[in-house]
Amino acid sequence: MKKTNLNRRAFLQVTALAGGGLMLGLYPKASTAFAQGPPRMPPLVPANFISIAPNGIVTLTSKNTEIGQNIYNTLPMLIAEELDVDWKDVKVVRVDADNKYGGQFTGGSSATPGNWEPMRQVGAAGRQMLIAAAAQTWGVAESECTTASGRVHHKASNRSAGYGELATKAATMPVPNLATLKLKDPKDYKIIGTSTISVETKEILTGKPIFGIDVTVPGMLYAVMQRTPVLGGKAVSANLDAIKALKGVKHAFIIEGRPLANDYPNYLFQDPGFESGVAIVADSWWAANSAREKLEVKWDSGKWGAQDSVENAKKAVELSKQSAMRTLRKDGDVEPVFQRADVKAVEANYTIPFIAHGTMEPQNCTAHFKDGKLEIWMAGQIPQSGRTMVAQLLKLPETDVTVHNVRGGGGFGRRAYNDLMLDAAWISKTVGAPVKLLWSREDDIQHDYYRCGGFQFMKGAVDKDGKLVAWHDHFVGYGEGNNFAHDGGFQPGEFPALFVPNFRVQSSVMGLGLKTGALRAPYSNSTAWVIQSFIDELAHAAGKDPVQFRLDLLAAPQVPQAAPAGRGPGPQGLDATRMTGVLKLVAEKSGWGKRKLPKGTAQGVAFHFSHRGYFAEVAEVSVAANKKIKVNKVWVAADVGSHIINPSSAETQVQGAVIDGLSEMIQEITLKNGAVVQSNYHQHPWLKISQAPPSIEVHFLKTNNPPTGLGEPALPPILPAVCNAIFTATGERVRTLPMTKQGFSFA
Amino acid sequence: MIKLKVNGKNQQFDGDPETPLLWVLRDELDLKGTKFGCGMGLCGACTVHLNGKPMRSCSTPVSAAANATVTTIEGLSPDGSHPVQVAWQELDVPQCGYCQAGQIMSACALLAKTPKPTDADIDTAMNGNLCRCGTYLRIRAAIHKAAELSASNNAAPAQPTTKTSRTSTRLLPNKK
Repeated sequence: MKKTNLNRRAFLQVTALAGGGLMLGLYPKASTAFAQGPPRMPPLVPANFISIAPNGIVTLTSKNTEIGQNIYNTLPMLIAEELDVDWKDVKVVRVDADNKYGGQFTGGSSATPGNWEPMRQVGAAGRQMLIAAAAQTWGVAESECTTASGRVHHKASNRSAGYGELATKAATMPVPNLATLKLKDPKDYKIIGTSTISVETKEILTGKPIFGIDVTVPGMLYAVMQRTPVLGGKAVSANLDAIKALKGVKHAFIIEGRPLANDYPNYLFQDPGFESGVAIVADSWWAANSAREKLEVKWDSGKWGAQDSVENAKKAVELSKQSAMRTLRKDGDVEPVFQRADVKAVEANYTIPFIAHGTMEPQNCTAHFKDGKLEIWMAGQIPQSGRTMVAQLLKLPETDVTVHNVRGGGGFGRRAYNDLMLDAAWISKTVGAPVKLLWSREDDIQHDYYRCGGFQFMKGAVDKDGKLVAWHDHFVGYGEGNNFAHDGGFQPGEFPALFVPNFRVQSSVMGLGLKTGALRAPYSNSTAWVIQSFIDELAHAAGKDPVQFRLDLLAAPQVPQAAPAGRGPGPQGLDATRMTGVLKLVAEKSGWGKRKLPKGTAQGVAFHFSHRGYFAEVAEVSVAANKKIKVNKVWVAADVGSHIINPSSAETQVQGAVIDGLSEMIQEITLKNGAVVQSNYHQHPWLKISQAPPSIEVHFLKTNNPPTGLGEPALPPILPAVCNAIFTATGERVRTLPMTKQGFSFA
Repeated sequence: MIKLKVNGKNQQFDGDPETPLLWVLRDELDLKGTKFGCGMGLCGACTVHLNGKPMRSCSTPVSAAANATVTTIEGLSPDGSHPVQVAWQELDVPQCGYCQAGQIMSACALLAKTPKPTDADIDTAMNGNLCRCGTYLRIRAAIHKAAELSASNNAAPAQPTTKTSRTSTRLLPNKK
């Protein structure tokens, strides 16, 4: 261990000697989705990612936060491949939030596309320096040296040396120029494409304290916070003296909070909210949380105190009958088509609920403010932004804030918001001690950045040949003026835009007093359900097979128009060839149209492009007379580029996304008197093992495209695939989620 | 003063007897492997064994564990060599991993009672353990695998299975 550190320092020296180090910009192809995000990063240098001990053990940095996407393996695997070491000799370490690692953004399925090249280049640069060290030692040409399994070889003189022996000298070699760096021929890959066990699996299985909730700091106190139940509300007064008198309680105080910058901010980067509430700090979490039972708070609910989901739904229907507030996209002209006698028009209204993230590990953050400096332990998906915002809140220079990234028990977008970092830091500063702020499940379900709900009023038309000739969507959502609630808008370029000659997307908004945000496959997790369900309705109206109808649609001549303005990892650039590829593959693997299924059992199909990934899915569903459904089997065909970096982890990621998507069919967050009604897993459920499909087959179609991410894009198609199967099995179309509103539930 | 035996060690707790066992384990005895998920016995993340039976420690007062034997994930084996842990490792079950201690404790209890469980047995025994990441297919496969490992360990105890390589990524459930 000690020796590893020595060598790390040696590598760090070379960084200093080499001045600016290696120019490996992290963002050339990375996330346009979050272009408004963190500040530009300094160039990457190998020394920040690689250290090699004399015994040949290689320690690699995993810069991103692990929340179950297996990034602790993915990024180091890319480095290790090009460094040319055996995976068994690799150790992976977590690192703090620090711009020297480049962006540490965990979201948007962006890690693979954003790091595929830079991380391999980091590894290749390290390898080149080791070769240079060996060549100089032996007095031979670098070009005569080869590497394998952590050794440099010179065949002509039959010499070889392990990386461990060469590391110190390698650190004195010049950092190679990116332009001359040759990356491996993919046919020589030994690690990329080979399954590796997650590097922290053993710690998980033996109960090691690796999660945020497990953090312990000497002298630490435990905090809970009763936040305002209504967004923008304020704690006016509370029985603080009575609370402080309770056993174990050390402090109780009101947090004034701070008004949001505006009603619809970008919570990711501008303002996660620093809400008003009452903090209780005790010598145990149980004491702090139990004190809440005795807590009496007088709240000023503010302007959203009367908000009600039922009223919002009524308002949406009213808005749908009025002229839309905005037209987001218009190709051709839909109205004359709907008037034509030779077309068949279909109208349908879809309702999307708000839903919560519900990470298994409740939100938590440990903070220690001491002598003007702040130390944070948190599993944040955007720790660098958190550091900026907490520094602003406490009026500290950012250099006085240290953020330790710890493992998160699930993220799904929730941990992209750094609200708990603000709360915990504030509480620690107030009480003058290290504090672990831990939310109860009720806090978590009731104070989320929810997947935004909305209403889609659809109308489409097919001509006598069964061709889709007109598509109209009036999206009634939440927001104000031209602003949608955060991640609650609609992307007007979403498929089938470009593939239908007459196409119109309009929107209207109503006010919302609820924080909304990114939930696994933002936008896509709801719009794919609407679009792929409605396409299915049109396929049936056209009397066409649902797969064939989609293939025909993908083959339709595209409307010549510049890509629309839109944001997020959305529909722009959907490649019809790639989507056709996965659609045909899933039809083949699922035996689409060829299986003889019993009455009440049917297959449904759907596809969706999001986060650069092409996914087509078929679900086989049985529906009982009591409307209990069983998803018997799911087939997934995916095109995420030329390589699957870690096949085992890729498979489980896709299977998990399918199961997650099924859970979304039975979830809903509603508002009454401005507050969230649901409070725990019994009211906002996830699928149980008995309800999960017994089999989820995953097929990757490898195409000559750069590898892209898998955290998100597998999820969206499963909801419409299942609903389309339900329709074929029963004749009833699920147009309202949760499907329990139409009487359907999982058996 | 409540006395209990946790992972073979005698322990005592003199705080509020209504304190859930979970918080005594985590914050008093520093056994952080048992997780807090819901506080209502809805998710199973806090599952431990009380006198050999699986129970939800988040909603069990420590007084109910007085003079009882408690086993947590840390007490399953000193080195992760319990067949269930080995199977979980071989099939690389966890994603985020947060629920897995509870899953494993429920699986151990199932296998202790039913050495060769069917898929239906697994559904019944494991239905109270949520996995938000959706690793259910691997959990199911790993329970079958652990059953095999236990059977072969019993047949040939001199050959403890500690293999960690992975040969197949396709994890379809075993036929009933």
